Amino acid sequence: MFTLYTRRRMINAMSLGISVLAMLFGLFWLGWILWTLLNNGLPGLSHAVFTQMTPPPGSSGGLLNAIAGSLMMTLFATLIGTPIGILAGTYLAEFGQRGWLAPATRFINDVLLSAPSIVIGLFIYEIYVTRVKHFSGWGGTLALSILVIPIVIRTTENMLRLVPNTLREAAAALGAPQWKIINFVTLRAARAGILTGVLLAVARISGETAPLLFTALNNQFWSSNMNQPMANLPVVIFQFAMSPYEDWHNLAWAGALLITFSVLTLNIVARVLFRQSATTH
Amino acid sequence: MPKNIKAMPTLSLEARMRRHNWLDILFRNVTRLSAFAVLILLLAIIASLLIGSLPAIKAFGLHFLVSAEWNPVTEQFGALVPIVGTLATASVALLIAIPVSFGIALFLTELSPRWLRHPLGTAIELLAGIPSIIYGMWGLFVFAPLFGDYIEPWLSSHLGGKLLIGPLFSGAPMGIGVLTAGIILAIMVIPFIASVMRDVFEIVPALLKESAYGLGATTWEVMWNVVLPYTKIGVVGGILLGLGRALGETMAVTFVIGNAHDLSASLLMPGNSISSALANEFTEAVGDLYTSALVELGLILFFITFVVLSLARFMLYRLGRREGQAA
Repeated sequence: MFTLYTRRRMINAMSLGISVLAMLFGLFWLGWILWTLLNNGLPGLSHAVFTQMTPPPGSSGGLLNAIAGSLMMTLFATLIGTPIGILAGTYLAEFGQRGWLAPATRFINDVLLSAPSIVIGLFIYEIYVTRVKHFSGWGGTLALSILVIPIVIRTTENMLRLVPNTLREAAAALGAPQWKIINFVTLRAARAGILTGVLLAVARISGETAPLLFTALNNQFWSSNMNQPMANLPVVIFQFAMSPYEDWHNLAWAGALLITFSVLTLNIVARVLFRQSATTH
Repeated sequence: MPKNIKAMPTLSLEARMRRHNWLDILFRNVTRLSAFAVLILLLAIIASLLIGSLPAIKAFGLHFLVSAEWNPVTEQFGALVPIVGTLATASVALLIAIPVSFGIALFLTELSPRWLRHPLGTAIELLAGIPSIIYGMWGLFVFAPLFGDYIEPWLSSHLGGKLLIGPLFSGAPMGIGVLTAGIILAIMVIPFIASVMRDVFEIVPALLKESAYGLGATTWEVMWNVVLPYTKIGVVGGILLGLGRALGETMAVTFVIGNAHDLSASLLMPGNSISSALANEFTEAVGDLYTSALVELGLILFFITFVVLSLARFMLYRLGRREGQAA
């Protein structure tokens, strides 16, 4: 019916058309989700959201305690996870040429990178929450910091590997000891890239809900005591969205809008930062 | 510090070198300890989950894996329903996500104009940045009602009566259920699979592709007969990476799967997955055996994802090594 040539051309055109459709399919969901968020979240995003506490059902209120709780736990989790991640990443990149430890760590780290976060929540529940016998902000912080570590390790190692060896050799030729070379030359050269990793880690944990369910739980009131159950945006959104109350739904949408746009902004900032540091090298 | 600076010049060269030597060893061991901490972390996770699930393991043994009973009142627990639910949602997700991701990667590497590549790639990756709870909310309030009103009735009336696949699409269209959860999971894992595929497609030597083009091959033929065979391992690795994500995803699934401990052949019926059972029931679980059964579910989930993710990494490493040899 068709010549071989036309048939090949047709198959080609068809598959390329499908590939364009696949691309549009992906973008379609992104657009739809963002549009839904703006549509439902913007009306609820009032002054009260940032100044009032989470309300009991059926009354109005805000998300102040949840926002504060999320910020605190994210901050502490980043402070705990980042140094460990940078040190371990440094080991992988700078000392990891020989021996079994570096390959093993790299492998396990890559697996932990995508391990289910709810299992991390269970782990902290088992080793921390059952010991102290109550849910607490520290529990949530610990769970989140475990999620930070693999991301920071991965980016630190990758960024240090981008630093040209000539830089290390130049410093060594000047007689600098290794700890000085790494701290003052290579880590400094990779600074922007490592910061990218930290930002990506912050973006990842600020939207995480599952590990907080069994650790920080929730708190309806203002609390800055990290030893008490602590309100946080994701769990509040979960609770409010699953509830039958209209007021709570509106607050959940406002919270969802807040989280998504902060996370996406962080992601974009991290990317821009990374591209800038990559072009200056 | 000032004391230190003053002291420096008076130190002999030998003393200074000894000090640096000592600091070198200290620094190396601090970093090594941090790397070691990652291994300890993994062992600690496994150990704590094992210890937590001991009561359930003692009570139910291997029967836990094949029993579909989940009754907190009589304290009879079996993991079959959540395991099947987890595997079913992940399979639906992969069935949709693999072809779409392949299309996206093909578009990004071969078709897209150069100036569009970066923004489009970023847009797809942003899809991965949206927190899973947002997918869940959107799924429950926006997607599921539309899906239940328009798509599911069509599916059950057109496919419900068919041989073999009929039972998969029977039942009342409610919007929530295994199929909805699978579709939302698909949207969530597309960016992961697509970005791995794009990255591995980009490592194919231009020489190979150009030789094929030179022989008169079409873009599709180059893709299917040259690029795909060359990057096979990496593509499978990327798919497994997406599978690992889909298996462990919690919040998005919890919102839309329906959380029913029933075993049903139909994808339209509500079900349960390991992670959503944990998210829903763990804080409300009373009694040691109930808690322990849930922890054992967590252990099973960790085990499954660990195996899948290890395979994924192993394949991606192999591709990376081959690339290293070729260069």
